[in-house]
Amino acid sequence: MASYSINVNGKTQQVDVLPDTPLLWVLRDSLGLVGTKFGCGIAQCGACTVHLNGTAVRSCSMPVSAIGDKKITTIEGLSEKGDHPVQQAWQEIDVPQCGYCQAGQIMSASALLAKNPKPTEEQISAAMNGNICRCGTYHRIKEAVVLASTKMK
Amino acid sequence: METLTKTNRRDFLKLGLTAGGGLMLGFNWNSASALSMEAMSAETLAANVDFNSYLSISPEDVITIFSPNPELGQNIKTSFPMIVAEELDADWKKVKVVQANLDSKKYERQLTGGSGAVPHSWERLRKAGATARHMLVEAAAKRWKVSSEKLTASTGYVIHPYGQKLTYGELATEAAQIPVPTEVKLKDRKDFKIIGQAIHNVDNHEMVTGKPLYGLDFYRDGMLFAMIQRPAQFGMKLKSVDSAAAKAMQGIVDVVTFKNNVAVVGKSTWEVSKARKALKIEYEKEGDIESTSDHDRIFKELLNSKEATVRRQDGDVTAAFKSAAQVISREYQCPFLSHSPMEPMNFFAHVREDGVELVGPSQTPDMARNATATLLGIAPDKITLELTRLGGGFGRRLKADYVLEAAELSSLIKAPVKVTWTREDDMMGGSYRPAVRYRFEAALDAKGNMVGYKLRGVGINAGNPTREDNFPSGAVENLLIDSVEHKSPITTGAWRAPITNFLAFAEQAFLDEVALVAKKDPVQFRLELLEKAKQSPTGAIKYDIDRMVGVIKLAVEKSGWGQKKNLAQGFSVYFSHRSYVAQVAEIEMKNKMPVLKKMYAAADCGIVINQSGARQQVMGGMVDGLGHALYGQLTFKDGAAEQKNFNNYRLIRYNEVPDVEVHFVDNGIDPTGLGEPALPPTGGAVANAIFKATGKRLYNQPFMKQEEMKGVTLGEKM
Repeated sequence: MASYSINVNGKTQQVDVLPDTPLLWVLRDSLGLVGTKFGCGIAQCGACTVHLNGTAVRSCSMPVSAIGDKKITTIEGLSEKGDHPVQQAWQEIDVPQCGYCQAGQIMSASALLAKNPKPTEEQISAAMNGNICRCGTYHRIKEAVVLASTKMK
Repeated sequence: METLTKTNRRDFLKLGLTAGGGLMLGFNWNSASALSMEAMSAETLAANVDFNSYLSISPEDVITIFSPNPELGQNIKTSFPMIVAEELDADWKKVKVVQANLDSKKYERQLTGGSGAVPHSWERLRKAGATARHMLVEAAAKRWKVSSEKLTASTGYVIHPYGQKLTYGELATEAAQIPVPTEVKLKDRKDFKIIGQAIHNVDNHEMVTGKPLYGLDFYRDGMLFAMIQRPAQFGMKLKSVDSAAAKAMQGIVDVVTFKNNVAVVGKSTWEVSKARKALKIEYEKEGDIESTSDHDRIFKELLNSKEATVRRQDGDVTAAFKSAAQVISREYQCPFLSHSPMEPMNFFAHVREDGVELVGPSQTPDMARNATATLLGIAPDKITLELTRLGGGFGRRLKADYVLEAAELSSLIKAPVKVTWTREDDMMGGSYRPAVRYRFEAALDAKGNMVGYKLRGVGINAGNPTREDNFPSGAVENLLIDSVEHKSPITTGAWRAPITNFLAFAEQAFLDEVALVAKKDPVQFRLELLEKAKQSPTGAIKYDIDRMVGVIKLAVEKSGWGQKKNLAQGFSVYFSHRSYVAQVAEIEMKNKMPVLKKMYAAADCGIVINQSGARQQVMGGMVDGLGHALYGQLTFKDGAAEQKNFNNYRLIRYNEVPDVEVHFVDNGIDPTGLGEPALPPTGGAVANAIFKATGKRLYNQPFMKQEEMKGVTLGEKM
């Protein structure tokens, strides 16, 4: 066991875990932040997507020992009231079916739009292609990303 | 005109007051005590009036509607309450939806499967709302001392002819004293205000903000974590376990062996997953050890087997094929598929001396509880089952294996435990869509009429892989449908649109080819067969010819079938789970490559409850059907699945879906289900379009692994 101090959603948190523990399981098992989902464990499905210094990363494949002082943002910290433009757009388009992958989808979309508020279709495709939706809500995801881009300040 | 419907005596067996002073109406959907109460304060609870198992109204005018069926993305948690709220004339904005836990005294058919929830519950949900509305109106009539016939109910109010209004909340306690009506009037559909609207998913905000909703999100103080090592090869059983190294690892509490399972129990998910890798396990042979190459050989033998189970026989096929001008024979094969819901299997169990607590995602909570009762040798009423939201199901969570494992483990370690499966566990763990092979044969007379039809289906643990009474049965005088099953240690189960998820492709691709030989337009060919089934049916017809013709015509109209010069169109139509869906796929050739541009769907599921949910259900079903037809494949080597995770088990992704346009037939019949019916036709429409565009016929899935599709990408659309 080792002790790590990590910055999650603007708060510094102490966790005692094995050094190779993926950030995903630190968030879920140690910190109770369960919005970040376990889907595949090998960075193939995107359900575990969080932001690391603003960049979308797969938390299932990122050991806690590699985080250092980088800032982690999870779905719970994306906005205070759940009203980030991407979260709003997701609700307005009524995207989710089972909903399990959607936090990861939203984290991928919000990381894209933060850097590139007016992405092209190809840029959206490149950003979203790593997130699997088994229910097949891709059409609405596309609509929602486009709508969110109109809401970005 | 309003429909007058008698309330079923069985639904209204008894009437009495609950402890809280609320109203309790008898059997199943009407016993009131066990509302999902965590969400409400004690005071609110005491004052709540429980009209029935679906509906409770508080004096503060909160309308709580309970949704009993497991929610896995079919949107039942939104559509069920919409039906109750409609007949109640509630203000949807004031409706609070609560997932009901398992309660077989209050609810019937509390399960998710077979696209059956809305068809089954449609009438009782309407009555649940209408009965309460009636009692609220009568309560207002009593208070105002006017005849209830002079009063109207609208958007959460009972309204006096002079304009005074009372909210349902204000009337709830008095309404509880009104006798339950023996008959209630149900609305005419022209008066629907909520049904047929695009109402957004009631859990949207929770989902987009990452609230704990799913089984895997369930944590409790003192709970242990477990992962289970199961045999990787089907046909093997546990021989010996050396768990010394695993037990010595950080955070590990115990290693427990039961049946063929070795469970590692510890204090966190990561610690148990690491320790599991340190187990040294030996297995020994218990049954046949099969590979995909064995199945290919077995299929060939079974297709020619003399011992088949006859599923349907009309006329004299032998004579028809002997005298035929032309005979067409084709074979189609599909692989096993994993269900792969995004949320891996998991369940929480706490087996105590005095009872058992189960929490998690299940499509069949009642069955899971009863199986647990049998396993542990206790009465089912000693077991509670709390239903979480399901991160997908697709049929995988119809089985209770993962619930039973958790319960058995908890009983052995005498502690609360959550068992988590990894993706690899899930993909290697069985319950697959069975691999199946079909041989279709058609006999045509000199005029191109199909006078004989044969179908043999052979499958690995597939049961009956035919749907013998489906179209074109009834439209062909001489017909034989039979099947042969191979029993295998590789476990299979219902996979979304069981059997028809592949059969529909095979049949619709075959009929396309037969139409071509008969020199007929594929749509016209089907319409002629349907006309024949209508005018001179052969044997029993168990599908609705008019509804099938209805979706065909709508798809033709909306897609501009046959009128687009630069596009290759493929057609498909299928009846499954009481509903009808026709589809057209459009392919454009770009640089000599076929690009799947767009798909059209025309669906008849009767009255559409929720325009938003239903539309997505069709789109999602088509994406599911397309993805698995193109890419889905699970193969076996020495009894073990060769694909273990999404790196080599390919699911369809964002940039691989074509545009989809969805249309519904508006015929006003009672809802017939939509969770599955949009999936089966997709593969056929796409394969038929690929043929039209390239001249290449596809017989086996996944399409993209076939020789014919070498070098083809179908294009990137999004």
